[in-house]
Amino acid sequence: MMFSVLGAGVAGLCAATALAERGARVEVIDPSPDPTGASWYAGGMLAPYCEAEAAPDEVFTMGRDAVRWWAERVPGVLKNGTLVVAPARDAVELDRFARATRGHAWVDPGTIEPDLQGRFARGLFYAEEAHLDPRAAARALRDRLIALGAELHFGTGATPRGQIIDCRGLTSRDHLTELRAVRGEMLLVETPEITLSRPVRLLHPRFPCYIVPRGENRFMIGATMVESDDDRPVTARAAMELLSAAYTLHPAFAEAAIVEMGAGLRPSLPDNVPRVLHRGGRCHINGLYRHGFLTAPALAEELAQTLFQEHRHAS
Amino acid sequence: MFYKTELSSRLFLGTAQYPSPAILAEAIRASGTEVITVSLRREGPGGGVFRDLIAATGCRVLPNTAGCHSAREAITTAHMAREVFGTNWIKLEVIGHADTLQPDPFALLEAARVLCAEGFEVFPYTTEDLILGEKLIEAGCRVLMPWGAPIGSGQGLRNIEGLRSMRAHFPDIPLVIDAGIGAPSQAAQAMEMGFDAVLLNTAVAKALDPVGMARAFRQAVEAGLAAHRAGLMPRRDMAAASTPIFGMAALA
Repeated sequence: MMFSVLGAGVAGLCAATALAERGARVEVIDPSPDPTGASWYAGGMLAPYCEAEAAPDEVFTMGRDAVRWWAERVPGVLKNGTLVVAPARDAVELDRFARATRGHAWVDPGTIEPDLQGRFARGLFYAEEAHLDPRAAARALRDRLIALGAELHFGTGATPRGQIIDCRGLTSRDHLTELRAVRGEMLLVETPEITLSRPVRLLHPRFPCYIVPRGENRFMIGATMVESDDDRPVTARAAMELLSAAYTLHPAFAEAAIVEMGAGLRPSLPDNVPRVLHRGGRCHINGLYRHGFLTAPALAEELAQTLFQEHRHAS
Repeated sequence: MFYKTELSSRLFLGTAQYPSPAILAEAIRASGTEVITVSLRREGPGGGVFRDLIAATGCRVLPNTAGCHSAREAITTAHMAREVFGTNWIKLEVIGHADTLQPDPFALLEAARVLCAEGFEVFPYTTEDLILGEKLIEAGCRVLMPWGAPIGSGQGLRNIEGLRSMRAHFPDIPLVIDAGIGAPSQAAQAMEMGFDAVLLNTAVAKALDPVGMARAFRQAVEAGLAAHRAGLMPRRDMAAASTPIFGMAALA
């Protein structure tokens, strides 16, 4: 049995991995020679507890085992938790966040992130959470797939030879009409002046943001959420909001070099819950919204299990 | 009557910041609202799919100019809204201060004059200032939307006496409390004071259970309206016994 996974974003790579690990013949086809799409701009936070602030329980359940899944397969999964803080004026946001989530403890932020010493009176620490560099993780998963015997075809010209597993993100709107885009904008900055060991979320009533340390003095600042499928570059407003949030977290970010600005479109279903869908004779993993690296492993395992059960019954 | 439209629900709902469009749709149903307001400035033409989801709720759409800081921006956004939603209704919001989101009264009036002259039915987000209100009516507005408190602050009716004067000053103009409502009790209070409707967003969208909160606001707005119609007793400075006290011993 041969599977043709369409799309080499996080959904496609995880699906191919789950199938290849069960011994299936797998090919991954992506028309783009370079990585693009929502996965490329992801934050890489494995934060089921924090995400549950706005996401339903299903997302938490899917994300619970993500840390283990990634850590068993790729290097660089850092299990340092998440820190959530708010400027003094917005301290009530922190109370609300605490009420809306589980798995946290109140901390003095300076005790776990020394560079934030004295900047915030209190914070929430989510010890069970982790983060990874999504670009490095995707690379590692691609290499691992090749080692597992999968074929990877990038660029146009490849015709699928097996059962189609559609992981094309927004491009799948031709099959999944309910998909919509939620635009997200991010910045990558570099400064040797600040050290953070874990993602820090800064709560704000209008533009909450997060800063994820990427190593080598780099930090990803994200991300906006705009109900739009406009894929133009980062807007000035978004850049100002994200930078002012970073500056609020630590003024030394003012002197950081901006090394990248990116805007991506998150494929999203009406309830913003990622899903495995079986429709029109093909299987889809789609609607990963802002939960790609968090939920793709669980969706991939669900898909692989279903397909293998079907094959057992059929044979 | 809001521009010749009779509404049985007096709760207008915003559509931003919900966990998902599905929860938004459910909250709209639970709130019983007939009017929802939608922003365009940031989303631009690319927000079509979200707007289709909104339109599918069957509610009347009151597009808004949130995020506009000048009369010109607001007018352009209103034109786009008319094209996109096919309605002359526009919630006119011209922000004067980026942090408090306080309306800019001068730009608001300027934009209201232009849009009214172009046939728009303008719902201006304004302060409780009476003279500004008069000038907006002179410009052609037939609804005024005074703020309760700054947008998203949840502080309720911050200037009750000012709002009371406004209600008394414009007895025949529909007045909608727009912004600042954080709790159902505050919405009920506005309705008890005789305001015609309340418009809110954050209090429902950012509740831990938006659908449950939408239901709570529906009940509060209904209760406040019913209380106003039934006639509230006046506040008195002394205690008034409800049984006769004639013949009681005077002990002083």
